[in-house]
Amino acid sequence: MNQPRTFYGKGIPGVATRDLKGKLIVLEGPDGSGRSTQIALLTEWLERRGHAVEHVGLKRSTLVANELADAKQGNVLSPRTLSLFYATDFADQLEHRILPALRAGFIVLADRYIYTLMARDIVRGADLPWLQSVYSIALVPDLVMYLRVAPQKLMERYIYRGRELDYWESGMDIGYNRSWYDSFIRYQSELHRTFNRLQAVYGFVTVNGMRVPRAVTRDLQTHIESVISPNG
Amino acid sequence: MQEKTIPNATPGKLIAVEGLDGSGKSTQVYLLKRWLELSGYKVFFTEWNSSDIVRSATRRGKKQNLLTPTTFSLIHCTDFADRYERNILPMLKAGFIVLADRYKFTALARDTVRGCPQEWVEQLYSFAFQPDITFYFSLPLRTALDRILVGRPALKYHEAGMDLGLSPDPVESFKIFQGRIHKTYEALARRHRFTRINSDRPVEAIQEEVRAILRDRIDLAQYKATVPRGWRL
Repeated sequence: MNQPRTFYGKGIPGVATRDLKGKLIVLEGPDGSGRSTQIALLTEWLERRGHAVEHVGLKRSTLVANELADAKQGNVLSPRTLSLFYATDFADQLEHRILPALRAGFIVLADRYIYTLMARDIVRGADLPWLQSVYSIALVPDLVMYLRVAPQKLMERYIYRGRELDYWESGMDIGYNRSWYDSFIRYQSELHRTFNRLQAVYGFVTVNGMRVPRAVTRDLQTHIESVISPNG
Repeated sequence: MQEKTIPNATPGKLIAVEGLDGSGKSTQVYLLKRWLELSGYKVFFTEWNSSDIVRSATRRGKKQNLLTPTTFSLIHCTDFADRYERNILPMLKAGFIVLADRYKFTALARDTVRGCPQEWVEQLYSFAFQPDITFYFSLPLRTALDRILVGRPALKYHEAGMDLGLSPDPVESFKIFQGRIHKTYEALARRHRFTRINSDRPVEAIQEEVRAILRDRIDLAQYKATVPRGWRL
């Protein structure tokens, strides 16, 4: 058996962790690291094996997803305000999606979790203890995997797919550099460094994302098997 | 947790007023603002109200019964952070006397009553400076309730604490809810060294006391408005 389920802090008022029979599996990694592809492949694999799967991610709450999208469009909020907005979005999904699904015995696949939110804020100057306190409401996942892809590789993928660089994913709001390319590389490198720091605290499994999707999937499956198979 | 609070380190002064609905704090802070303005001081007034973002989200939250104590707390903190960083902090840095009609303690009281752990809420709001003076307008619960329930019978859902399931009757729910807020305020008053003002007196007497405290605790001369060279009022 795995360790008993806990929250990082006091958690959500009135929630008993004993009832949470499902598994919470988190996939972290920058945009372009192949998260969505992997989540689709993993879902197929899990469902084929008879597991019920629920998906959550960032900016997907019923409560504030629309308002959050509007706020990002205008870029008028301070980093702290935006950070708290994301925390609201996270809390809403935690209470209305993650916890009910775990109670029902689902495997919850989270397309990013509090670590991305924390890393983005730390890069923008927030302090870790404050963030840890805000996110002490979060449930400790059964497994967190971080898809590592070097910033230059991410850039190549963007270019090959004919995608434009995203304002936020390039850290343009921080004002490192007027050049989107330079800002992107610098921002993604800072994020990566921050993830390494967080890994020391939270113990993620790092998976090399710079390989063919099938090879990455096999790695992810091995890690998932170790938490879902009863004799773990 | 007390040591997690940060004192105001700007040239400005932050004066907060707190108290139950019906405690008369809005009237008092308005009179304080008029006095300071008319005496030629740099003063900025801010009140606890929700931005469009929060209003639209809480409307949906209420309709679909989505808000929990945690999300209620977080969404209001988001809103407060926006107001704090956009209005309060710049004015303090510019050397103004900032008068806040309700400040973070309003949220601390309300969220704690809704069941959020107090340390969590205190930490959440720890980015906001402690005021230089927090006036706490205190009066017996019954008096506050009488004032509110006579003047404004239509209570809003969250305002009446209906989400706590205290009573199906909004007025009854409001009474119980305010009673709990009152108790929490009393505890906060001690922890955060509020300046207690007995609010069960004539408006003029209260205002006189408030002004005297301000004159005593703040070197008002430093906050005289000066007109930049070349400008005419």
